[in-house]
Amino acid sequence: MAKIVVEVMLKPEILDPQGKAVAAALPRLGFTFAKSVRQGKRFEIEVDSDPTPAQLAEVSRAAETLLANPVIETFIVKVEK
Amino acid sequence: MKVGVVTFPGSLDDRDAARAIRAGGSEAIALWHDDADLHGVDAVILPGGFSYGDYLRCGAISRFAPVMGSIIEKANAGMPVLGICNGFQILCESHLLPGALTQNQGLHFLCTPQTIKIENTSTPWTHDFIQGAEIVIPLKNGEGSFQCDDPTLAMLESEGRVIARYVGENPNGSRNLIAGITNARGNVVGLMPHPEHAIDPLTGPTADGLPFFSSILSVMVGK
Repeated sequence: MAKIVVEVMLKPEILDPQGKAVAAALPRLGFTFAKSVRQGKRFEIEVDSDPTPAQLAEVSRAAETLLANPVIETFIVKVEK
Repeated sequence: MKVGVVTFPGSLDDRDAARAIRAGGSEAIALWHDDADLHGVDAVILPGGFSYGDYLRCGAISRFAPVMGSIIEKANAGMPVLGICNGFQILCESHLLPGALTQNQGLHFLCTPQTIKIENTSTPWTHDFIQGAEIVIPLKNGEGSFQCDDPTLAMLESEGRVIARYVGENPNGSRNLIAGITNARGNVVGLMPHPEHAIDPLTGPTADGLPFFSSILSVMVGK
């Protein structure tokens, strides 16, 4: 069993109100380290065996078709053990 | 004129849209997300709501419903399509309209009468308005902030494809106060606020939304 991970983030120029709200909440709780926060999505996809480059390319196609909206988002595909 | 209204799982405003179509003088035909047959309609409205629970992104899953394949094909051939709120989000996810709708700048779900200005009366959905008319219809959404890149924004503005703009304070962070846009051909319109809830003073803030539903008849019969 292997795990393919797709991480989706809003493009830097797209406003992220949720990230801003988190960034505003942190200092109220005494956490003062954050200059800014951007919030994204993480998809964990289980597959039977270590994926081939062709399978990863297929996941990328699925990511740009469904998991991410390329108009406002970017994504990365990676394999995790 | 036969105007179809699609019901997706989670659509809320399909009945109000059908009522508005009848008030506008056309026949409302119920269309089902899982049925690719458009039953001979002349135009389609994608109503508001939370299709597929807004899972993933608003409109992202609806865009792949069987009925959408037929609608995208017909829209590209010139059939008039109006997407209201969630319908606008579906049209953007379908790439029938540029840009995307993202979470309101203020994070809150909005539900309020909103003044908008009609800026393009050349579409089959806005034909019955007077250019520059200011109307009040309900705005109710959580993800209504229209976003696109700078070249797309410049294109929409230079081609007169912003059909309606918010008047006053920006309610949701939309670029250039955009409340609605149309495609290059002018047959597909997306609108964030809800004209179907404003066709009768008894049940809405005004009857200002009615021309969105009567225009199609005027255009098709060449009034």
